Amino acid sequence: MNQEVKELDIVSVVEKAIEEHGTRRDAVIPVLSEVNRAFGFIPAEALPEIRRRIHEPDEGVFLADSHLYSVASFYQMFSLHPLGRHVVRFCESAPCHVQGGRQVIKALQDELGIKPGETSADKKWSLIMTSCLGICGVGPVFIVDEDVIGNVTPDQVHEILARYQ
Amino acid sequence: MAETKSRKSIRMMVLVSSDPVSLERGAGEVFRKFQEEIEAFDLSEEVSLTTIADVGCREDVPLVIVYPDAAVYGPVGMDDVHILVEEHLKKGRVVPGLLAVMHGPLPEIAWLNSRKGSLPAQKRIVLERAGLVNPESLEDYVVYDGYKALGKALTQMTPAEVIAEVDKAGLQGRGGAGFPTGRKWSFVVSAPGEPKYVICNADESEPGTFKDRLILEGDPFSIVEAMTIAGYAVGAHEGYIYIRGEYPLAYKRLENAIHMAEAQNLLGEHIFGTQFNFHIHLHAGAGAYICGEETALIESIEGKRGMPRARPPYPPTFGLFGKPTVVNNVETLANVPPIIRNGADWYHQFGSPKSVGTKVYTILGNVNFTGLIEVPMGITLREVIDIYGKGMKNGARLKLVQTGGSSGSIVPASLQDTPMDFESWRSAGASLGSGALLICDEHTCVVDLAKVLMQFFRFECCGKCTPCRVGTQRSYDIVSRISEGKASLDELEVLQKLGEHMTEVSNCGLGQTASTAVRDILKHFRAEVEEHITSHNCPVGVCPVAELTPAQYLV
Repeated sequence: MNQEVKELDIVSVVEKAIEEHGTRRDAVIPVLSEVNRAFGFIPAEALPEIRRRIHEPDEGVFLADSHLYSVASFYQMFSLHPLGRHVVRFCESAPCHVQGGRQVIKALQDELGIKPGETSADKKWSLIMTSCLGICGVGPVFIVDEDVIGNVTPDQVHEILARYQ
Repeated sequence: MAETKSRKSIRMMVLVSSDPVSLERGAGEVFRKFQEEIEAFDLSEEVSLTTIADVGCREDVPLVIVYPDAAVYGPVGMDDVHILVEEHLKKGRVVPGLLAVMHGPLPEIAWLNSRKGSLPAQKRIVLERAGLVNPESLEDYVVYDGYKALGKALTQMTPAEVIAEVDKAGLQGRGGAGFPTGRKWSFVVSAPGEPKYVICNADESEPGTFKDRLILEGDPFSIVEAMTIAGYAVGAHEGYIYIRGEYPLAYKRLENAIHMAEAQNLLGEHIFGTQFNFHIHLHAGAGAYICGEETALIESIEGKRGMPRARPPYPPTFGLFGKPTVVNNVETLANVPPIIRNGADWYHQFGSPKSVGTKVYTILGNVNFTGLIEVPMGITLREVIDIYGKGMKNGARLKLVQTGGSSGSIVPASLQDTPMDFESWRSAGASLGSGALLICDEHTCVVDLAKVLMQFFRFECCGKCTPCRVGTQRSYDIVSRISEGKASLDELEVLQKLGEHMTEVSNCGLGQTASTAVRDILKHFRAEVEEHITSHNCPVGVCPVAELTPAQYLV
C-alpha cells in the first residue's frame, strides 16, 4: 500500500482532491481522506500543500498547518505515519467481545507477533484496534485492508492471514 | 417513470444478496453467472434479476431468493447456478437440496409471512423496501411508492402542513433521545438566519447498532426523498448526509441515489416543476464515535476536530456554519415519507399511544439468531429473545441485556417483561437508546463487560472537557484493577461518585452516559463485583484475577 512518497506525488494528489472537493471549509476532511487513501497515511508535507489551497482569509476561510495537524490526528481512519503493507483492524467493542472476540484478538496477536498499535519489523502487518464497525451480526469481526471477515474463531486466524502475501 | 417498468411479463424475481459479506464471498460472480444462465435458457423476458442489500446478518451468504415462491437458497456457489436456473426458473421446481437452513425468521421471509398474517409482530415501515428492491434502481423505488410523498408535499401541502402532519403523527427521533421531530423542525423554521440546512446523521457508530447501515444500503432513495421533504418543510435548500467512513457500500449507494434523483429532476433545481430547489452533499466521516453527537458532527463537516460545542445555542438556532440547522437520524427520516404518504392517523395505529410507530432493533449476542427486526413499539424483551432470537444459544440462562449500545442501560433478566417503549423504560430507569439489544448469557462476567465498555469510552472521549477525559480513564483504571483482583471495596464508592460527576457535569452525551453501564452493574450485580475484590474470584472465570499467595490471605 505504501509507495515512495515524493513531493511531486503529494502535490498532484492534493490538487486532484481539491479539484473534486473544492476549497470550502467542508472540504478539509474529504481532502485529508483522499491523501490518506493515496499514501496509506498522511505525510507531514501534505499539510502545508492543503493549507495553501484552502486558506483564503478574504473568503473567511482560515486554516493553519497546526489546525490541519489537529484534525488529522483526531480521526481514527487517518494515520500520520506509514503502516504495514496489510492493515488488520480488529473490532474491540462489546458485541464482538461477548461473542468470542477476546479469544480472537489473542490469536491475532500470537499469529502476527505484534501488539495492538504496532507494525511488524518486516513492514508486512499493522494491527489496529478499532471501535464498532457496524457488522455486529456476524461478530467477532476484523478487517484486513478492505476485506471484512466475520464469525471468526481463533483457529481460523492462521488460515485467514495466510491469504495475504 | 413508473410506467416504463412493466411487470406484466415478469413471472419470477431473483434476488441476489449483495451486502459486504456476500460480495466478499463471490456474490458478484454468482450474479453474473445468473445473468449468463438466464440468457442461455432464454428467460430474460420472464425473470427479473436484481441485487438486494442484506436485511439481517446470516452466515450462509450469498443468499439467492426466488419470488413468488419465497424460496431462500444459500450459500449459493457458482456450481449451483445452472441447476437453480434450469430446475426452479425454467421448470418451476424448488430445489430442496440447495435451500438455506432456516434458523429463524429471516427478515425477508418474516416480511412475507406477516403479510399473510402468520407471523406475529414484525411490521415494516422503515424497512418496507429494504431487501425487496434493487437499491441502485430509481425505477424500483418509484414502483414501490417512492417519491409519492415528495410529490404530495410539494404540490398539495404547504411547508407548515408538512410539519403539522409529522407533529401530529407523533414521530420521535430514533437516534436515541426521542425528541419530537415535528417540534424540532418548527424551531428551525422560526429561527432567524439564512440559509438553513438539513443534516442527516448517518454517523451510526454506537456499538451493536447497524440499523442505519441497512436502511442506507437497502433503501437509499428513501433518505434522499425524506431529506428533500424536510428541506421543503423548514425552508432549506441545502442538505448534508454525514455518513461514517466505515460504511463504503452505503456511501456508494447514496452517491448513486443522489445522482439518479438529480438526473430525473427529483433533486436539484425546480423539483417536480415547482419553485423548490434542494441539493444534497454526501460527506464521509473519518472514524470518530463522538461525531454522532450532533454538534460534533457539525464541527466535523466544518473541517474541525469532532468536539461537541457548548450548548445552548442548539443546532436549530446555531448549527452548520452558524445557521439554523435540523439534524435528524437516518431512521427518523425514513419514517417521514410513509407518514406524508399515508397520513398521521395511519401512523398512529402502530406502537403505543405515547410512543408511536415501529422501532428497528438489532439483536446481538448469545442468542440463536442475530440480526435485525422492525417491530411496533412496546414489544417485550422476552418476546424478542424467544420469537426473533429463537431462544438463548446452547440453552444458557439469560443474565442481562445491554440496550442501546455502549452508552445504554444494563437491564437484568427481571425486566424482560417490561414493554419496550420510550415511556415505560424511562420509568423503569432504563433507556431504549439506539435500538441495539446485546443479549448476554450467564457466561458473561459483568466486570469484564464493564472493562470493555470503559475501554471504549476512554478511547473515544474527545478530550474537550475534564470530567469525561479524566473520568473515563479513572473509571477504566478502577475496573481494570477490580478485574485483576487488586482493588479495594472503597474504590467502588469512588467509581460510583466518578460516574455521578461525569453524568452531571460532562459537556455532551458521551460523558453523561459513559458511566451508565457501570452504574447499572453496581445496582444489579454488586455482589458479583464485590466477589472479585473480597474473594479474588471471578465467578464466571473470565477475569485475570491474580492468585493469592498464602501470605496475602493473612492480611
